Amino acid sequence: MSAAPQKAKAGAEKIAVTVSAVVPLNDLVTRFEFTRTDGADFPPFSAGAHTVVEMRDGDRTRLNPYSLMSDPADRSIYAISVRRDDQGRGGSLFMHTNVKVGDQMTLTYPVNLFPLDLRAKKHVFFAGGIGITPFKAMIAQLEQSNGNWELHYACRTPALGTYADELAEKYANKVHIYYDDQSQAIPLEDLLDGQPLGTHIYVCGPAGMIDWVHATATAHGWPSENVHSEEFLAPQPGKPFEVRLCQSDITIQVGEHESLLEAMERCGVDAPFLCRGGACGQCETDVVEADGEFVHRDHWLDDEDHASGKKIMPCVSRFIGKTLVLDR
Amino acid sequence: MSKFQFPESIASRPVYGTLEPRPGKAHLMIADAEGAEAILDLAAQDAGLMAKTHIIYIPKGTDFAEALRALEPAQFYEGPSYAASVQRIRKVLGDAHMGLQVYLAGTEGLMGQAMNEAVSAGIPASAIQTEHRGSIARRMQCVHCKGITEDVTTDPFVCSHCGLNLFVRDHYSRRLAAFQGVCIDAEDPGNVPAPVELYK
Repeated sequence: MSAAPQKAKAGAEKIAVTVSAVVPLNDLVTRFEFTRTDGADFPPFSAGAHTVVEMRDGDRTRLNPYSLMSDPADRSIYAISVRRDDQGRGGSLFMHTNVKVGDQMTLTYPVNLFPLDLRAKKHVFFAGGIGITPFKAMIAQLEQSNGNWELHYACRTPALGTYADELAEKYANKVHIYYDDQSQAIPLEDLLDGQPLGTHIYVCGPAGMIDWVHATATAHGWPSENVHSEEFLAPQPGKPFEVRLCQSDITIQVGEHESLLEAMERCGVDAPFLCRGGACGQCETDVVEADGEFVHRDHWLDDEDHASGKKIMPCVSRFIGKTLVLDR
Repeated sequence: MSKFQFPESIASRPVYGTLEPRPGKAHLMIADAEGAEAILDLAAQDAGLMAKTHIIYIPKGTDFAEALRALEPAQFYEGPSYAASVQRIRKVLGDAHMGLQVYLAGTEGLMGQAMNEAVSAGIPASAIQTEHRGSIARRMQCVHCKGITEDVTTDPFVCSHCGLNLFVRDHYSRRLAAFQGVCIDAEDPGNVPAPVELYK
């Protein structure tokens, strides 16, 4: 047992905050800045960390993870940049349409699932679209220590290049921008060639881009330890299903538009979580009995675990079938 | 055959695998003595491998050098000892780029020391392949005087620096690339069991 005190509730500890600025950056992306309601400094965070934002949307509580993109050295604010997803589950739309300066909100303490490997001789960042956010904090952190880094950032158009101009102006020799509408593409194979031994690469963006970087790096002989990525999955809707939670001794219904984790929380079950996006592993749950098919969508369990039918990640994965009994 | 199955031991003790060709821009193979056989087996699996390979080989009295040369690697270096070869290993790693694959074969002492060089050059230990071949002799550090005794084959043995009688432990230091030797007769000086060959 560790000496850490047992937490009373699931998830990271929470911080009450006040929205201090809402800054629209372009048609899709808005930056939200927060100060602590009690006036104190925020806890320090390492670049790459995310926070889970709690949104009170009527009687529904939305919990969405966002990368912290403010300078880790500035403890007076936390900032996130949110891309509006009109087809999504509504969290980003809520942020864009409902959140105003002065609003009281709740954030969790930062959790870092995408840290810099500080043993690296050089850091190369690959960003796609809103995937730029963790790199904003990483660049700020590395600039403090005169770190060796470069950024390759693919955006759809100059108008939608969030922070592209700002970064390109400030770090002209380190930042390379590629615009889709000008048929520019990241020359990945060339960039992987000739990097000094001990270089680490980091990718944040759409799933296809992440897979492309991993596969290309592997084919070029890069160790998997030197290739880092982060992708938060949003839970996808699916057919409603019924689950029995044997520890809690209740049977719950999971609706079409909610995740299994959200359904548990709605029914008062205090299930563990950190990222809510299939990456951190905190919500891993043992399956006691199952008659049906799992729809595994997480990045945490390996293929063997997925095939075994003994484990499920309730934040993003679902179930289709007759009976599902979980040890929760 | 030059292969030996080490008995299961504590977590500290390194375990070795079997070399396999991996995709890479360049390949660095460092071997001593019978480690050459592992490289010959590796080359037989991939005809294109040697054109991008630099072999650094320490024969230690064996005669595999000609067979390795016949593989026609891009570069071949034959060194009289590890100590004499380490300058070249550092130079090659210092000039190398990502996409380099490192293969180590032969004795535990050679693999451990070369592993240290590769890791400090920036390659994660888990990405470096190793294959034990040949002598089961160990590189030992005396925990009392800190002196290193190479090629220890019996337990206990006499420290080549301070002369203490040392018990051969499986406790291994990756930093030193050496197993730990601890005085066996500290409490009853002179009461030293007869040395037996390792693993016998």
